[in-house]
Amino acid sequence: MAVPTYTSPLERIWHYTYLAICAAIFFFLIAPILVIIPLSFNAEPYFTFTPAMRSLDPDGFSLRWYESLLTFGMQNPSAEGWAFWSDAWTNANWVKAAKNSIIIGVFSTIVATVLGTLAALGLSRPEMPFRRAIMAILISPMIVPLIITATGMFFFYSNPCELLVLVGLDPQCGRLAGTYLGVILAHATLGIPFVIITVTATLVGFDQSLNRAAASLGASPRRTFFKVTMPLILPGVISGALFAFVTSFDEVVAVLFIAGPDQQTIPRQMWNGIREQISPAILAVATLLVIFSIALLTTVELLRRRSERIRGVTPR
Amino acid sequence: MANAALDPHAAIATTASGLGPALTTADGQPLARALARSQRRARRRAFLLVLPLLAFIVITFVVPIGQMLQRSFYNDGFSANMPQVSAWFAATERGTDPDDAAWTALAQDLVASADARSIGVVGTRVNYDMPGTRSLFTATGRQVRGGLEPPYREALLEINDSWGDPRLWSVMREASTPVTANFYLSAVDRTRDEDGRIQQVAEQQRIYLTLFWRTFWLSAVITGLTFVLGFPIAHLLATLPMRQSNLLMILVLLPFWTSLLVRTTSWMVLLQQQGVVNDILVWMGVIGGGQRLQMIYNQTGTIIAMTHILLPFMILPLYSVMRTINPSYVRAARSLGATSWTAFRRVYFPQTLPGLGAGAMLVFILAVGYYITPALVGGSSGQLISNMIAQHMTGTLNWSLAAALAALLLGAVLVLYWLYDRLVGVDNLKLG
Repeated sequence: MAVPTYTSPLERIWHYTYLAICAAIFFFLIAPILVIIPLSFNAEPYFTFTPAMRSLDPDGFSLRWYESLLTFGMQNPSAEGWAFWSDAWTNANWVKAAKNSIIIGVFSTIVATVLGTLAALGLSRPEMPFRRAIMAILISPMIVPLIITATGMFFFYSNPCELLVLVGLDPQCGRLAGTYLGVILAHATLGIPFVIITVTATLVGFDQSLNRAAASLGASPRRTFFKVTMPLILPGVISGALFAFVTSFDEVVAVLFIAGPDQQTIPRQMWNGIREQISPAILAVATLLVIFSIALLTTVELLRRRSERIRGVTPR
Repeated sequence: MANAALDPHAAIATTASGLGPALTTADGQPLARALARSQRRARRRAFLLVLPLLAFIVITFVVPIGQMLQRSFYNDGFSANMPQVSAWFAATERGTDPDDAAWTALAQDLVASADARSIGVVGTRVNYDMPGTRSLFTATGRQVRGGLEPPYREALLEINDSWGDPRLWSVMREASTPVTANFYLSAVDRTRDEDGRIQQVAEQQRIYLTLFWRTFWLSAVITGLTFVLGFPIAHLLATLPMRQSNLLMILVLLPFWTSLLVRTTSWMVLLQQQGVVNDILVWMGVIGGGQRLQMIYNQTGTIIAMTHILLPFMILPLYSVMRTINPSYVRAARSLGATSWTAFRRVYFPQTLPGLGAGAMLVFILAVGYYITPALVGGSSGQLISNMIAQHMTGTLNWSLAAALAALLLGAVLVLYWLYDRLVGVDNLKLG
């Protein structure tokens, strides 16, 4: 950003001060996330750079915390070969947490994306009645404080049939709390606003006459949807799905309230680790999660560009 | 023409030529009615697309919250298990001294409840309003199981003379109706005395109002800080050429996409007394080795971590508004003789207000309900009202009080959300 020629010296100084301030704020934004990466290779159980690390001595660095992620909770960490891996796969706490996070994340994303995309299609039609009010309700899981949502869900999922009792029925049904289904439904609820927001944003630029053109050429509504609408909004749907997945992957409050010990997820495992005895193993997990979020961010950015390109929106 | 009935243009052509008084479609229907019908069908179709999700959200989100709110004013822990003494309370005026009938009812209820093993529930309910009474109920329950000999008054007073305490009777009277506003009173540090008058609780027990006040104050501070830090960044991103601004945008989006727990952990690592920031300060000689700063497990920790976490929510709306501001307005102001400060203050800044409103609203709403970060880095002085709700949910198990606190917080958030919708519109919310 060049300074215009008519600026006074004082303004020039201010301009460079301003750039320095911005650099400092960028540093504030990014440094805390990056600083934990080298610290996760610490050979000592400390959260600070040891003298050995500062002098770049190879002995100051080690992969021990990454190794401990694999072995923590194993029944026989000294086993060799196949036995080691099968033990790690079935017993290691962090591996189990990762499996749970992925299972819960994938299924809640599917529920949120399917329901959310349908609703976004309906909401973007000009004829939609009560559009604003319904939109406000559908976005509210993102706005209502998580602790309140989790508290409500805690009661509801402990006894989901209580609702039917109110209307005079007395069915028997089990608890949803402490089951995978319960956590998946809860996470789908929390992910839905993100799907709605991204998909409706994609649909804003959608040209409805394309659908009419398809229909006039004899395509059935179903064929129109899959051949015309879907390919055009797909980038928005995928980035909405990614948002929903990340929401589930990062969610801890609802899991704390409604999940049982079998549904231990990565954030919950981290939460326990931080509260009880914080060890640099947490930093190893955090590093892996940062790499994961960089990958996701790249995907979303590529999708956004692709979406702008195929919709013919020139970027800015 | 075989398809004449389906061709709307044919209809318009015939009716527009002035053949009939009313416009009709090709199959003879009045045009207005046909239009209304097709619009109705389109509306129904749009609504049917939204319906599955709306039903899902209502069942898994709206109704559970409603159920929880019901708990804030409805608790039948006492009335359902102590029916006779509840009936006596209902039949007598407040302030009536317990007579023989009351003692008989109380004793019989206690025996029945002890036999049904529900006396713990009763004691817990009374304990909410008068701490320390749960053990009175459970201990008495153990002694009277299987029966109690009259005269009941003397028998109960012999077990524990607290049974004669007029305050206890007053509290039991309060608990004898399932619908009560008492949990809301507790949530704003009020209580009822023996005569049922509302008064503030003792000074050292006043915690909730302080917490509400602190929650709103800290949220306002955090919103202010995100504005101060976010404004220059958003401005820089909006004015730089595309290629550079896209690159820098990644620095804003990466924290946005990084796990909340990762960011909170990072701050714990950085701000600890033996952490990186203190190490750097000692190394630079700003502070001595023995006077390391306490920057975490207090309000400072909460403010720093939450400002960092919520900063992208301020930058993104500000940026999307600033991008649309035409730079020639500022140039025009400059050419008319305004200094750069005046041009900024009178021309540029007012145009950023919609983005500022959206960002500030979003950050404030999110900050007011934050739980995880204050719980981990807040210590005791950096806790927010959410932490107290969690404490009552999982620690003291006073679910009704948790629900009342949640209701008050929810009310505040909904008012803010409504304002946000009025000022910004929820459909203008953008992510990344």
